[in-house]
Amino acid sequence: MASATKDETQANDGLAQEQPLPVRAYRIMLRARVIEDKLASLYRAGMIKGGVFLGRGQEALSTASTIFLRKGDIYGPCIRDQAGRMAFGDTMLDTLRTYFGSAQGPMRGRDGNIHRGVPKEGSYAMISHLGSMIAVVGGGLYARRLRGETGAVGITSIGDGGTSTGAFHEGVNFLAVEKLPVVIVVANNQYAYSTPNSRQFACADLLDRATGYGIAGHRADGTDIFSCLEVLERAVQAAREGGGPQMVLASLLRLVGHGEHDDASYVDPTLRKAPVGRDCIEVGAQQLTEGGFATADDIAAWTAEAQSEVEAALSIAQREKGPDPLHEGWQAISTSRLMDGYYNGGDE
Amino acid sequence: MSITYLEAVRSAQKRALELDSRVFIYGQDVGVFGGAFKATKNLAAEFPGRVIDAPLSEDAIVGMAIGAAIEGARPIVEMQFADFSTVGLNQIVNQAATLYYRTGVPCPIVVRLPSGGTIGGGPFHSQSLEAIYSHYPGIVVMTPATVEDAYSMLLEAVALDDPVVFCEHKLLYYHLKAEKLPDVAMPVGKARIARAGRDATVVTYSAMLHEALQAAEDLVEEGWRIEVIDLRTVKPLDTDTVLASVARTGRLLVVGEAWPWGGVTAEVIARVTSEGFGLLDAAPMRLNAKDSPIPYHPDLWAAYRPTAESIAARLRQLLTQ
Repeated sequence: MASATKDETQANDGLAQEQPLPVRAYRIMLRARVIEDKLASLYRAGMIKGGVFLGRGQEALSTASTIFLRKGDIYGPCIRDQAGRMAFGDTMLDTLRTYFGSAQGPMRGRDGNIHRGVPKEGSYAMISHLGSMIAVVGGGLYARRLRGETGAVGITSIGDGGTSTGAFHEGVNFLAVEKLPVVIVVANNQYAYSTPNSRQFACADLLDRATGYGIAGHRADGTDIFSCLEVLERAVQAAREGGGPQMVLASLLRLVGHGEHDDASYVDPTLRKAPVGRDCIEVGAQQLTEGGFATADDIAAWTAEAQSEVEAALSIAQREKGPDPLHEGWQAISTSRLMDGYYNGGDE
Repeated sequence: MSITYLEAVRSAQKRALELDSRVFIYGQDVGVFGGAFKATKNLAAEFPGRVIDAPLSEDAIVGMAIGAAIEGARPIVEMQFADFSTVGLNQIVNQAATLYYRTGVPCPIVVRLPSGGTIGGGPFHSQSLEAIYSHYPGIVVMTPATVEDAYSMLLEAVALDDPVVFCEHKLLYYHLKAEKLPDVAMPVGKARIARAGRDATVVTYSAMLHEALQAAEDLVEEGWRIEVIDLRTVKPLDTDTVLASVARTGRLLVVGEAWPWGGVTAEVIARVTSEGFGLLDAAPMRLNAKDSPIPYHPDLWAAYRPTAESIAARLRQLLTQ
């Protein structure tokens, strides 16, 4: 089991650092689940424009991915990483601001939903093209190395479908060649949108790919927060100590559709009943109570606390204004004098 | 002493490495080997650890540069040939080009594209891709036609906070020479009147500048005075300088080596007809490569792309309309 260490440099997830690690992790998972449940209901009520993409069932792996990060580390999440983002310091308010397109959110209404980040704080804003964040996270760490800075690690996450992209192969191979301290977290959630593993890859085990790239591979049970914490702690430490890239593969089941527009009717019902289909939130509750970390009342109280937090953030985000089209600069580059103002009415 | 266009590209990179410790070069074979065209010759030895060989992975190469730029570095990426940049297209146009607008964080990367046709280059070592990169918002696209511009514009590209696609022309690498490198330069983003005239304006850029200048010279004995404008950067496009020239001459031919559908020549004509229709004494014309893949055989290639002869022929049509 992962040890609960107090570390002042750990990312601020908004929770008391002195709590045992499994408790801290579980409370992040709960907060992610609670805000995602709210996002789903807001979507169904027609209050969110565009798509809503949730990480239901992936909270344990996602939380464990970033809970060992420190300030100065780099995170390139994917769309199912609400929990990992929160463990790296993302707030409920900025989450909701981005979904509502608030001008005060990190993306100022220019990008939405899960496409958010604050690059200067190490939280890179993903693009939709899967696999393409891997080399970007590696490049960020490369720049640190060029400056003589060591000790930082990067985390980048992807699903089973994303491992089929050329960018994934190029990116992981590049990390391996440069021996960069990056942990590639692969959530095999059984489906890429509607496409099952059988139509996605032909190797017996995705973790064989780590061997192919010449990097370390680790396997975790994605439905079990204790397993995820133990494996990710080891992988992050190995990367931080100069062990080069680490691939972590965790199996789990996506417990929602690809997005909230998708009823996931294509999911094989036997998978839902199999161990891989367990809900990490339910499993975690049982583990915490049986392990003496928490009582059912504690968990109910944490859930209620998270719900209050969501409501408070929602009341702020819903009141905030969106961007003003009349005062939008439409400036795609930072150098004003080199804007081609012909179409956007700038100075030419 | 004279210096070639290629030496200017190399010298600019050397100067950039000297001036700014944040600068590094990343690309295939750029290290000890010095690059496929030797544009980084000796730089790995002069700047240890800052001129780095990359795996054969254009997507990862550009992605790496973007991450490094986010963290404050100033990467110069060398694509071995412009043609291969399409393998890294996604990172350039979706990642680098959107970063500033989306997050407010600029993305100071330079992607050098050895561009354009050379004899025997064929379909995949000859392309001119400035139009594709100009199509996407968020990228500055430079197309230097002279030794001086190759040097000064590359230095400015590295100093800019934004993504720059730097289209250097391979045909100019060895043949084009200047006496010395410039100390001062025209600002990037401004077109240059390369030859003054009165009867028609040719707007062009990159290697086609030299074909157009030759065509203008050839028409002198027929009594025509052709003005030739070198765009220098195609994005931003210096529409004012073009319109001012058309106002003087009343006739416009736009020449580019790239494919005809859409593209830089179409853009120039669209702007001039929209903003300066009344300035035109004749319908504007354009001349591009043919709408086919780039042929290998020198005879096909000579007929495929605009040349001084075909530019002069098109100008005669324009001048007698």
